Amino acid sequence: MTQQPDRASPLAMLETMMLIRAYEETIVAMSEAGTGPGSCTSVGQEASAVGVVHALGAHDRILTNHRSAGHLLARGADPGRMLAEVLGRRDGYCKGKSGHLHISAKALGVILTSTIVGGELSLATGVALSQKMLAEDDGIVVCFFGDGAACEGVFHESLNLATVWELPILYVCENNQWQAFVHRRETMPVDEVRHWAAAHAIDSRSVDGNDVEAVHAAAREAVGRIRETGKPMFLETLTYRLRGHFEPDDQSYVDPAELAAWQARDPIALLQRRLLARDELTAAQLRTIERNVRARLDDATLFAEASPFPDISELITDIYA
Amino acid sequence: MRTITVNDAVGEALAEEMRRDPRVLIFGEGVATKRHDLLAEFGAARVRNTPLAEGIIAGTAVGAAATGLRPVVDLLFAPFLCFAMDEIVNSAGKLRYLSGGQFAFPMVVLALSGAGWGVGAQHNHNLEAWFAHAPGLKVVMPSNAADFKGLLKAAIRDDNPVLFFMDLALGFQPGEVPQHEHLVPIGRAATVRGGSDLTLISYAKTVHTCMEAAHRLAEIGVSAEVIDLRSLKPLDEGAILRSVGKTGRVVVVHEASRSCGIGAEVAALVAEHAFASLRAPVVRLTGPDAPAPASFPLEQAFVPQADAIVSAAMKLFADIGSATSVTHADFPLEPA
Repeated sequence: MTQQPDRASPLAMLETMMLIRAYEETIVAMSEAGTGPGSCTSVGQEASAVGVVHALGAHDRILTNHRSAGHLLARGADPGRMLAEVLGRRDGYCKGKSGHLHISAKALGVILTSTIVGGELSLATGVALSQKMLAEDDGIVVCFFGDGAACEGVFHESLNLATVWELPILYVCENNQWQAFVHRRETMPVDEVRHWAAAHAIDSRSVDGNDVEAVHAAAREAVGRIRETGKPMFLETLTYRLRGHFEPDDQSYVDPAELAAWQARDPIALLQRRLLARDELTAAQLRTIERNVRARLDDATLFAEASPFPDISELITDIYA
Repeated sequence: MRTITVNDAVGEALAEEMRRDPRVLIFGEGVATKRHDLLAEFGAARVRNTPLAEGIIAGTAVGAAATGLRPVVDLLFAPFLCFAMDEIVNSAGKLRYLSGGQFAFPMVVLALSGAGWGVGAQHNHNLEAWFAHAPGLKVVMPSNAADFKGLLKAAIRDDNPVLFFMDLALGFQPGEVPQHEHLVPIGRAATVRGGSDLTLISYAKTVHTCMEAAHRLAEIGVSAEVIDLRSLKPLDEGAILRSVGKTGRVVVVHEASRSCGIGAEVAALVAEHAFASLRAPVVRLTGPDAPAPASFPLEQAFVPQADAIVSAAMKLFADIGSATSVTHADFPLEPA
């Protein structure tokens, strides 16, 4: 699979990250205004999503979790159709039946957003088995989950089976330090999930999940290795959930010093500063990107809000094939 | 027609469907070890052993089904399905709907259940009703070799997740199975004995108990129709209602516990749609609301027996003061 060169460029990744942030902020604003539902945002985790997804080829498949907006948008999902789905409208990716918690997009190779924590881990092996047995290309599967899902038993079942069956899966653990309303340090004896993954004889690494260039380099290398060997790999992106578990959430349970420290490492600001310092981005370019992203979200919002609700007859369609 | 056992019928169905469609594969704990004939014919990629981990076995089937394969998974004993409930109920059953119809899940889950081996409640628990209650799934539970074969082939060809429950007491039971291609459509009951006075409705091993009871009832002049549901979801409502319309009396018999069981669904269906035809209350004869014991006599006592069916049937005539010549006084209400 050849990678579009522009997708791998820092500027392209910056624009996608800013699109994701603007999308999530749009949903938060809708929620606060009472015009949209609550949601689980991926704010703070944009570098992890973009760094990995921009390293994929067209035939690769994705399974993800309830913080999936970043993965979908990085894969090229239309923010208008995503917002329509969040609002329960007919033009959503899943006809409004998913809401924001289960968006899948078959045409983009996004097989699953699982709101059952760990559901993505339980299906990833089967998707990879199909890739291995049926696909004529060298497509692989990327499975995004968090440190919370790593505490589910199926995490170990999935990694074990992927190893013994030699399945082409890149497990990406977005360790955002939070498991709903519980800090990871309360539930795990180690700081990094990769120690558990390594016990399953999987090549396991961790990377600064707020540094998109580092994530992208690690993901590109891992994807290449998986294509070459057919075996699974594990990549942990060490990051932070900058907003609450489910909007609205005042984060009163979060240590302010910890939050401030991670806000200072905001992945988008980090990349902007770096690119400006390297003269790969000008202030004018940045303003242009901001304007483009804002315009896309404005269009997306108009599209979503104009989309009709599904007909009530849809209540009992799509149950059986 | 030739006679083969239920186990052989299952083996034939698997082999024929794997031969017909290269996307069909089977995996589970010990599958490649036990089904060496399939392994020899179809190879290790399509006949796989797995770790003892029901969640990931079922989840792998769901993911594979969503992306082009047609997996059959053997989860061994029905109580082990508890480890796979998330994958079967939350994923296989719901993700077609939640995706707005983008994905289909053509997969079959095999599970043994029922009295017969004295294995106790953590191997023997008839929990088919749980899955009939879950949206997006189909549930079948056949009673004879021909239906085991025909329904398993239909399940493998179905584009939806099918729970295929195998009554473990029936594995070595011989039955006539056609030599030629044999498919039994999911969702259609079989009237295995015609009758006019009473309808006995059952599935799996208790179909045979109902047949014995019907034979005994015939000897005393009561004509019992026996319906083998075969499919529990979708339920063949037409077959049930047609029979009740004719007989006006229903006894539903199954080994699974009574509360919220398939019998309750049949009784409600009849009450809603055939109330005017009823000449007596609907009766359920089921296993007790108890875990299945291992001790042989206790395990057998768990299962409705022919004596109880005959008694229940006679009570219907006695209660209603029916015109039939048989009266309550001629037959004790409870088995001796």
